[in-house]
Amino acid sequence: MLNPHPDLTPSVLVGLGWFYLVIFLMNLLWTIRSFKVDGEYRSGMPRASVWAVYTSILMMLSFYHFTYPVEGFMFSMPLAFKDFFDAYFSNPVLYFFLTIVGLWAMIQFREWWTRPTVAWVLLNCSLIFMTLSLTDYDFRQIVGKPDNVPIVAMLFIVAFFTWIYFSRAVDNDRRIAEGRPLFEQEDNEKVLVWPDLVYTELICMVVLTAVLVFWGIALQAPLEEPASSMKTPNPSKAPWYFLGLQEMLVYFDPWLAGVVLPSIILGGLIAVPYIDFNKAGNGYYSFKERSFAITTFLFGFMPLWVALIVLGTFLRGPNWNFFGIYEYWDVHKVEAANNVNLSEFFWNGLGLGIPKGSGVGDILLRESPGIILTIVYFAALPPVLGLTVLRKYFVRMGVLRFLVFSNLILWMAILPIKMLLRWAFALKYIVGIPEFFFNI
Amino acid sequence: MSVGDYIRNSQIWKSVFRHPAPTDRRNRVVVMLTNFFLHLHPVSIKQQGIALSYTWCMGGITFFLFLVETITGVLLMFYYRPTLEWAFYDIQALRDVQTLGIMREIHRWGAHAMVITVWLHMYRVFLTGSYKPPREFNWVIGVLLLVLTLLLSFTGYLLPWDQLAIWAITVGSNMAKATPGLGTEGPGFQLFNTSGYELITNASDAKFLLLGGRFVGEATLNRFYILHCVAIPLVVSGLIAIHFWRVRKDGGISQPL
Repeated sequence: MLNPHPDLTPSVLVGLGWFYLVIFLMNLLWTIRSFKVDGEYRSGMPRASVWAVYTSILMMLSFYHFTYPVEGFMFSMPLAFKDFFDAYFSNPVLYFFLTIVGLWAMIQFREWWTRPTVAWVLLNCSLIFMTLSLTDYDFRQIVGKPDNVPIVAMLFIVAFFTWIYFSRAVDNDRRIAEGRPLFEQEDNEKVLVWPDLVYTELICMVVLTAVLVFWGIALQAPLEEPASSMKTPNPSKAPWYFLGLQEMLVYFDPWLAGVVLPSIILGGLIAVPYIDFNKAGNGYYSFKERSFAITTFLFGFMPLWVALIVLGTFLRGPNWNFFGIYEYWDVHKVEAANNVNLSEFFWNGLGLGIPKGSGVGDILLRESPGIILTIVYFAALPPVLGLTVLRKYFVRMGVLRFLVFSNLILWMAILPIKMLLRWAFALKYIVGIPEFFFNI
Repeated sequence: MSVGDYIRNSQIWKSVFRHPAPTDRRNRVVVMLTNFFLHLHPVSIKQQGIALSYTWCMGGITFFLFLVETITGVLLMFYYRPTLEWAFYDIQALRDVQTLGIMREIHRWGAHAMVITVWLHMYRVFLTGSYKPPREFNWVIGVLLLVLTLLLSFTGYLLPWDQLAIWAITVGSNMAKATPGLGTEGPGFQLFNTSGYELITNASDAKFLLLGGRFVGEATLNRFYILHCVAIPLVVSGLIAIHFWRVRKDGGISQPL
């Protein structure tokens, strides 16, 4: 396939050269660090020499970008890989599935990937992948949008802090298992706020101011054409932090995705301290002592919030179609959508035909399978769960607390459930009463 | 006597700072108690409680960004006029002509950064279990501050009055008309429209309330401007004060019990 775009201009190459220079400098520090064993510098360490070689290659790459002409440029993402990636990795099903697997792996292998060397290799892989991808025109169009740059930064920042969390939690879990004091309890003398905290705050403020000024100079805030209610952009997107909610519109009507679910998210967050009866893990990092709470929160934050924002920002193009990261945002891309309501499945499946008529009784009869299912889900499932799998929680929480807790969990689950039903059965609505805008 | 000593011994200096320089232990305690800005802090604190790898400093950074947004925002208010005629061109002039136009860049990037730091602050508080008793209610205030931060950012998004702005707000505010009971495209609004009298119409529903009109227009710009510059910042300031006060009253910075 021929690439229709003028891929690499000299200014892009220079920009990428700066990227490699930054990665080179990071790895230079890392190489120096890896020569150190037990606090002393020793030469001839095999591991350190591997890093030294890698770092030198980065430096050469950087200079190559600064000096080499565009013709015959050698370091771009291979077209074959881009086509492969777009062909097999550009659909929301696999994307969501991979974020879930990623979360599972993150928790399961936390002792492995929090080791500094592993984490550093992973960071390098993601940076090199991103820098190579930036040689692609379409990737640059989306990732390079001024308002999208903070989101890319956010991904790395969230990953960094998640790493801090897991490495400290793994450490504390070990300490608890061995009966040693927590990390937070060691060297924990009282110090005076002046100078110990006041100076940290001052330095923090100075650094932040510098970062903001530099950011403001380097990257111009977006300003598009003057507002016009005649020209609707395609796609029309909400501000980036609401794109997770906008993504939910694919699966739910606005009254659920835009009003009810956000309210439940906030209500659920407010309820957290009142339904978490676990007294352990107060004021220190830990995982094992609060594995359920942490896993639930990470599930809500990673696949259901951050990943959906990324999906909505980078992967949803015109007509809210899904586009691969190297794919051109074609306005004419057509995606077949023949979604069917549960009532049609049910009545046609029984061979009875969908009940007709527009009276309230007729509508209720038509939608009775979905209505019953919804009532069972929200009203009958919590007691059943409380008496079986979640009995432990029910006993410790009491009736009211448990009902709130189990309903919040069920609400959290409806998005993945609806996604799976949509992908597996092309299900449109569980309850579909467009007459009253009541579609679930 | 050096110039520095002369200044520090003058009546003016002493009237401002009511104690000698905080170089010894006694005066380092006194400075925390007598300085208005510093008295938010305790006098002494656990070493691990202020370790950066523990707190991530995200709450403090969020507050600092709020101050940055206030200062740059006030400066922008001197220049920007929230009318259909001028809004876009004032922003354009800030970008292209004005000397301190970078205030707009700092304001926008600071706003994005603030949304992210609020999330990270919340993330840290959850991961260290710091919402647990006795800090439950401060977590609730924190959730309210999260909502208000998002609303501040959302209302500010409209003000440049470019294509990005009005369509983002259009997409966002279209949700309001689906509010159950209160929106003309949500379930249940018909309950209010019985016996021939229509209470909920597209000129009285939740979207109309939000936009001050049936669509994003001049009334919306005015409404969002007031919300963005006056109403929400006032509420946020009050809640921040309570939030900080409760950090101190609920046992200080979180630590293993």
